[in-house]
Formats: sequence, C-alpha cells, structure tokens
Amino acid sequence: MRIRALSIRIIRQFLRDKRTLALLFLAPLLILSLMKLVFDGQSVSPAIGMVDIPAVFTEKFEHLNAAITVYESPDSAHAALQAGELDAILQLSGGKPELMLEGSDPSINRAVLLLLQTAMQTGSGSAAPAITYLHGGPDMAAFDSFGPVLIGFFSFFFVFLLAGVSFLRERTSGTLERLLATPIKRYEIVIGYLAGFGIFTLLQASLIAWFSVDVLGLYMAGSIGYMLLINLLLSLTALTLGTLLSSFASSEFQIIQFIPLVIVPQAFFSGLFNLDAMNPWLQKLSSIMPLYYGADAMQGIMIRGESWGDFQIDVYVLIGFSLLFALLNVLALKKHRSM
Amino acid sequence: MEKTHPYSSAEAIAVELQGIVRMFGGRTVIDGISLTIPRGELFGLLGPSGSGKTTLIKLMTGIDRPDAGSVSMLGEPMPQLKMLQVFGYMAQSDALYNELTGKQNLEFFGALFGLTGQLLKNRIHAAASLVDLTDHLNKQTAAYSGGMKRRLSLAIALLHEPRLLVLDEPTVGIDPVLRQSIWKELSALSRQGITIIVTTHVMDEAEKCDRLGLIRDGKLIAADTPEAIMQKAGCSTIEEAFIALGSGGGGEK
Repeated sequence: MRIRALSIRIIRQFLRDKRTLALLFLAPLLILSLMKLVFDGQSVSPAIGMVDIPAVFTEKFEHLNAAITVYESPDSAHAALQAGELDAILQLSGGKPELMLEGSDPSINRAVLLLLQTAMQTGSGSAAPAITYLHGGPDMAAFDSFGPVLIGFFSFFFVFLLAGVSFLRERTSGTLERLLATPIKRYEIVIGYLAGFGIFTLLQASLIAWFSVDVLGLYMAGSIGYMLLINLLLSLTALTLGTLLSSFASSEFQIIQFIPLVIVPQAFFSGLFNLDAMNPWLQKLSSIMPLYYGADAMQGIMIRGESWGDFQIDVYVLIGFSLLFALLNVLALKKHRSM
Repeated sequence: MEKTHPYSSAEAIAVELQGIVRMFGGRTVIDGISLTIPRGELFGLLGPSGSGKTTLIKLMTGIDRPDAGSVSMLGEPMPQLKMLQVFGYMAQSDALYNELTGKQNLEFFGALFGLTGQLLKNRIHAAASLVDLTDHLNKQTAAYSGGMKRRLSLAIALLHEPRLLVLDEPTVGIDPVLRQSIWKELSALSRQGITIIVTTHVMDEAEKCDRLGLIRDGKLIAADTPEAIMQKAGCSTIEEAFIALGSGGGGEK
C-alpha cells in the first residue's frame, strides 16, 4: 500500500514536470542522433599536396580516394600545409620521395601513412619515403591530440554547472529578491558574478594548465600564457551561459538537464571527433558552439604552437559570446525587477 | 540622509496608490486598489494567504510594475531605482546567505546600500543590538535558529536607516517575547517618523497598527483605524470585523 502510494506520487511528480519527462525520453534520441552524425558520416579523404611527383603516381593516389593538389614549388605546398589546407605533402627531393605530415591529428597521420603504403604496394618498388612531421611527431599519442580539447571541455563543463546552480540558489533562497530590493543595478549583479567567479575560474584554469602540461606531460608546443587566456575565456563563456540558463530552470535538477542539451552537443562539435566526416551543412553547427572556438585555439596553441595572429579570431568570438550572454543575463533579470 | 527641511505636501505622503491593477497570466491578483499612507504611519495590511498582500507590497516598492494605475513613494513616481535606497524591505523568506556569518550578511547588504567604513560598523552594531543578535554575529547563519534568521533579516532591512520600512510578515516563526519586542521597536521607529508598512495575519498584531488595510481577493475592502473598523462592522474584535467585512464586501469573481 505504501509502496503503491510512493510510486503513484513519483508518477504524479513526473507528469507535472514536463521538462524532465521530455528530457528522459528525448535527450537519449538527440545524443544518439548526434553520435550517428559524427561517427557515420562520409569517409575522410586526406588532402595531400604533390610536388614533382610523376603523374602515374598521383593518379594512383587519386584512385585511392585522396584529395590531391599539385603544387609547382615546395614553398607554396609548404605554405598550404602550414595553413591547415593539407594533411600531408609528398615530394621528390634528389630522386627520393619525402612525406611531410601535418601531424596535429594522429588518426589522420595514420590514414595518410596507410594510403601511402597501399599506393607503394601496388606500384613498382620505389624507395620507401622519408617521413617528417610539421607538428608533433611519430610519438604523439591520441591523448596529446584531444587533450587540449578535453582541458577546455572540462573547464567549461564545471564552471557551467557551478555558475548555474549558484545563481539558481540565489533565486530560490529569496536572496535575489532581496538583492534586487537594494539600489544595485542589474548589470552590477552580472559583473559582480563575473568578477567573483572569475577569480576561481582563473585559478582553475591555471591549475589545469599546469597539471596537464607538467604532470601529465601533454604535448605543448606553444605558450602557456596563451593557453591560460583561452581557458579563462572559455570559463567566462561557461559562467555567463550558466547564469543565463539558470533563469530557465526552477531546480538544481533542471540545471542538470541542460547538460545533455547544451554541454554534450558541444563536446561532439568541439574537435574531439573529426568533423570532416560530417555533412558539410551540419559542420556549420559548430560555429554557434563556444567550445568549438576554445578547442580550436587550444589545439592550435598546444600542438601547432600557434601565435596570437593564428588564433585571435577564436579569442574575439569567445569574448563576443561572453558579452552576448552577459547582456542577455541583464535582460533576463528584468523578469525579477521592473527597473 | 538628505537635508532636513519641512516636508512639502507631496512628501507628507509616504505611499500613494491610485487604481492599481496587477494580473498574472489572465488572473487578476490586485483589482483596482487606491490607498494613501501618510508619513510616519504604522500601516498594517491584513488579509488571508493569497489575497495579494505580497504582490501589493512589491508594487508599492517598485519591485513589480502594475498593469494599470500609478504608484508614488514620497512624492516620486514609481518604479525608480533611486527609491530603492529610501526604503528597507524584508520579504517573507529570510533571504540570507547561509554560508556566511551574520556579520558578513550585514556587511554585504550594507555595502549594497553604499555604507562603508566606520558608518557601516556603527550601523551593523545598532541594527544587531536592536534585534538582539550582537552575540551571534560571528556565527554562520546556517547554525541560526528560525527566529534568529528572521531577526537577522529584519536587521538587514533596518541597516541603511530607511525612511520607509516594508515588512512582509516579519514576526512569523518568532516567539511571543521577541515578537513583542519587535513590535515595540516598530512602534518606536514609527514615532521617529519612519513609515512602516507591515503585512500580517496575526490579529492581535493588527490592533497595534495606526491604521489597517483589509485585503481580500485583490480588493481593498477597508482602510481605517482598528477601532473604526470594529465599529463599522459592529464587532468587538478585529478578527470578527475582518470576517464580517470580508463576507459582505469582496465576493469571489
């Protein structure tokens, strides 16, 4: 009897909370669809630049589904590799083949090497090419490649939760109402939150950066200062987004519900998985995801040792996201006080 | 806090409501209330739960905006940000930061009202001794009893020496002895010229007010001194008067 009463109560509560109900049934479908899109897309064809390579050989590569571009000079090919347009360059130097890999993504390296191997086998026995790497090296593990993305992801994730829950508590405990009965301006609340939490996110970013580079020995080609900057910006974006979305939640539980809706899709689009395999129009979705920019900059700094000019766009976009969310926050507070 | 000059006629009125209406999702919560509260009055808003007392208070203070009608406080049209400096507000919930000590809570809200340095210290001391919390200021608020939290909440509302004090059920969960001392304090503040608007549904508290507003279903069914209200209803207690006026006046829509 009591068991029945308890289970009926739970069913009634669930039926009241439509959002939880929707999440329970729809979120798994959303995430499964995302996974299908990410893992079941078109096959990736490595982009290879050819310099002074006999046409027979080039055709063979094309036959193997590689995207081949022929360059007149090694310099222009090298520039394209640097710019990330190519995954590798194959060139003849002194009669010997030389392969230079872009190197950032171990899975692409493997794909190119496999392709080369296949092409060699079917061809007449020419000498095995000398292999060099633009970034990283043969020892670069998969973790070195997606580590930078994970750093960004976890800062984002935890700051998002923390900010969301604490702003929600401000509302449910009535302190927000009291706060708004003082002459504080709405933007002052938002900036105060940013500053207060900002100190902790700065500490968090520093700790994570130090730990992953010095303790875990993550591959690090660039400046740790830049890495800190990106991590901090990512945390600020998470902070402003978390406080904004907490306006649309009425309990801690509902904050948790934002994870599959806001956090998980970002993880899929952040570069943990190769987006090249995805439908091009779906790839465009990544442009609205803050984590994509943060992860892009982090990978650039840590693996390719990029300097300011290479990732500054990411910085501006992250600042833009933070400003946008902060502004929406100020507007959302209007719901609680008319002025 | 401002220069002391004789109050202009507009300033002799603490709060003036004219035909205010507030609706939430098609439901009329405040239905055309007009009310004038002169300065220095201890005004009690009496009404059953859900009658619109809290909404009315939020409209008076400018935290909420009426759908129709006008509100003015001390001659200023509301809502206005600068007026938030003028009144002290204590909501029904205690609204304290439980992780902080009593003193830290007071310091935080004091700073929001622009109090600093020695002035802040003096005000914290004055407000805390008023509600008898001086010995507990360094305790974490989470360890406070229900009554202590309520008192701290009241101390916060008094911190910036407001000219108008708006208290939403200030004595809920407070023992009779303290309740009496709080009411004594409210009367004293009122004598100093501070206007106090207080909601309650405790009838014996209502009798201590200079004037009472009876609210039912979003309508103001009476606004007069406790004696006049009892006389008008022909009853000997406020409680009976409230029931008599309520059943006669404001029927359900």
